[in-house]
Amino acid sequence: MKTDIILAGVGGQGILSIAATIGMAALANNLHIKQAEVHGMSQRGGAVQSHFRLSSDPISSDLIPKGKADIILSVEPMEALRYLDFLKSDGWIVTNSTPFVNISNYPEIEIVLNKLKSRKNTIILDADSIAKELGSPRSSNIVILGAASPFIDLPFESLEAALRKIFLRKGEKIIQANIEALKAGKAFAEKR
Amino acid sequence: MQKLLLLGAEAIAQGAIDGGMSGVYAYPGTPSTEITEYVQHYELAKERNIHSKWSANEKTAMESGLGMSYAGKRAMVCMKHVGLNVAADAFMNSAITGTNGGLLVTVADDPSMHSSQNEQDSRYYGKFAQIPILEPSSQQEAYDMAYTGFQMSERLGVPILIRITTRLAHSRAAIERKQLLDQNEISLPSNPHQFVLLPNFARVQYKGLLNSFSGFIEDSETSPFNEYRDGSDKTLGILTCGLAYNYLMESFQDKPFNHPLLKIGQYPMPRKKVEKLLNECDEVLVLEDGYPMIEEVLKGYTAKENIKGRLDGSIPRDGELNPNIVAQALGFEEKKKETLLNDAELKEMIKARPPAMCTGCGHIDAYNALNEALSEYTVGRVFSDIGCYTLGALPPFNAINSCVDMGASITMAKGASDAGIVPAVAVIGDSTFTHSGMTGLIDVVNEKAPITILISDNFTAGMTGGQDSAALGKIEDICEGIGVDPAHIRVFVPMKKNHDEMVRIIREELSFEGVSVIIPRRQCIQTMRNVELNKRITELNLR
Repeated sequence: MKTDIILAGVGGQGILSIAATIGMAALANNLHIKQAEVHGMSQRGGAVQSHFRLSSDPISSDLIPKGKADIILSVEPMEALRYLDFLKSDGWIVTNSTPFVNISNYPEIEIVLNKLKSRKNTIILDADSIAKELGSPRSSNIVILGAASPFIDLPFESLEAALRKIFLRKGEKIIQANIEALKAGKAFAEKR
Repeated sequence: MQKLLLLGAEAIAQGAIDGGMSGVYAYPGTPSTEITEYVQHYELAKERNIHSKWSANEKTAMESGLGMSYAGKRAMVCMKHVGLNVAADAFMNSAITGTNGGLLVTVADDPSMHSSQNEQDSRYYGKFAQIPILEPSSQQEAYDMAYTGFQMSERLGVPILIRITTRLAHSRAAIERKQLLDQNEISLPSNPHQFVLLPNFARVQYKGLLNSFSGFIEDSETSPFNEYRDGSDKTLGILTCGLAYNYLMESFQDKPFNHPLLKIGQYPMPRKKVEKLLNECDEVLVLEDGYPMIEEVLKGYTAKENIKGRLDGSIPRDGELNPNIVAQALGFEEKKKETLLNDAELKEMIKARPPAMCTGCGHIDAYNALNEALSEYTVGRVFSDIGCYTLGALPPFNAINSCVDMGASITMAKGASDAGIVPAVAVIGDSTFTHSGMTGLIDVVNEKAPITILISDNFTAGMTGGQDSAALGKIEDICEGIGVDPAHIRVFVPMKKNHDEMVRIIREELSFEGVSVIIPRRQCIQTMRNVELNKRITELNLR
């Protein structure tokens, strides 16, 4: 079993929390993982990505080779496209539809979404609205993780347990909000 | 023992703690920052009273580490690659003094310049200082090398350089811990002249270092970190180190690997093993991240034109390695320029998203005021430094004309003013000012150079993630102490509503024909929830 995931977004959007959740769940299932992050300068509102590899066998490279990723999990639509050449031809894109516009030349959002939709194996969801409806607007990143969860070879309960651990100090309310977000994302993906 | 999921940088910290470290000394710098932060936040480190406060710069860190080694205890000094330039004086000489307690110098290189101004390869510094280098290829090796590195340093009597790169520092994997070792007791060097580098003593020490070198090579020959694997296909041998080894193995994920392989984790290079590889194989491919250091050495070993690597074009001369570059060098993948992203439509759609200053950042207001005040002068007179404010080079600000090394803003402005660019302006942050700006200010004051220095004070080292600034609450006193006229030390709060006042103050100081210091002062918005820092800011009455 092996899942290679490119996590994409803009600095500050919470892709490292997604990575931490998958990482903790993978560790609990005795899987091997390697996760390459970007810190420092690029964290300041720039494009950020993390290579996340989990496998039942030992993993060699910290970086995913181009053309080998199983999933692009993106919290921002244009950022999902940036790493397209890392994705297998039949790999899945799971992405937020809400753009993060901090540059003046951001393309027409419709063009970006149409490009994404033109590709099969793509799940686009408005994670910001889903999170807002659940009353926890800050959990939109976890909604996306939920939507990607059917493609990640991990028991769903392990992801829940990982969220529990990660948000332990923030109290039961925040834990529940994140678990609800995770479930809502999963439900969206399964409807598709 | 339970496995820990750690970044490579954190694995080094954990290894050093478990290996009996008594202190870590560092100045924050990506990708090395997390080593020291891990020690700072680790309960066990507090219980064991391990020193972990930030140093003013890499040189002071290196010297403090050497002092701890002198006292017989184990110390680690951490920095990014360019930090070693700052620490180089102390570092080079620490090879001559040698160590008493184990001393590790962990340097994180940044090939491809993810967060740096160059991609210099620190292994050359290790070679230059003639000390052993350890280079891990995994988080576990990073842990193991930090753990055993202290003993190695004590056994060989010299500091050990641990070289990592961004990808290892910032990649997470599970590691297994070893047994926690006790710290050393205080013990003075047996030779009272060991650390006194007067020429007479230094010559003796240096001869000692030279005589030790064959022992370092011997240590490398038997090191578990230098592994020779036989292989039946001798048309190609592979010599690799660091993460390149992982990319190599990735390329053979779906095929058997039967080439002779030498994996180097400890330098100086194990000569016998290298010669064996060269003698056995028709060609040798060298896979190393950074400069072609091993490749250059190999070309000196053999007259044959059979070494492939960065120097013959098999691998790009610059930038970090990745699995695709390695697969291409092995002939498994075509070196094609075409990628999915060359699709014209897609290319048009994906816009660059460069890093930017945060919304609400004080540097922004300071730059807006500076730009307006400077609009009446010709362009090209603003020298800046290393920090978040370096992003002022990008649109819409286009506010600065240089960024070279820590502290260079003040001294380059002085040189330009000496040449006739008056007024010249320097923009530097608070932490960078105490790192390396203060000494330059002395030159400026002594010559009354007509420059205007903006010390944009946000109470922290922001770019690296909000570490303590050694300058907190001290900037005016430092400037005054160095000799800046208090009438020309001006402080304001960089906010939109203060724009006109800021412009007026900057204009006044620009037209003053002497040394001016302007301090735009407002807390970094990323640190607003830092309770400890907020307490100190209130105590120091900085708000």
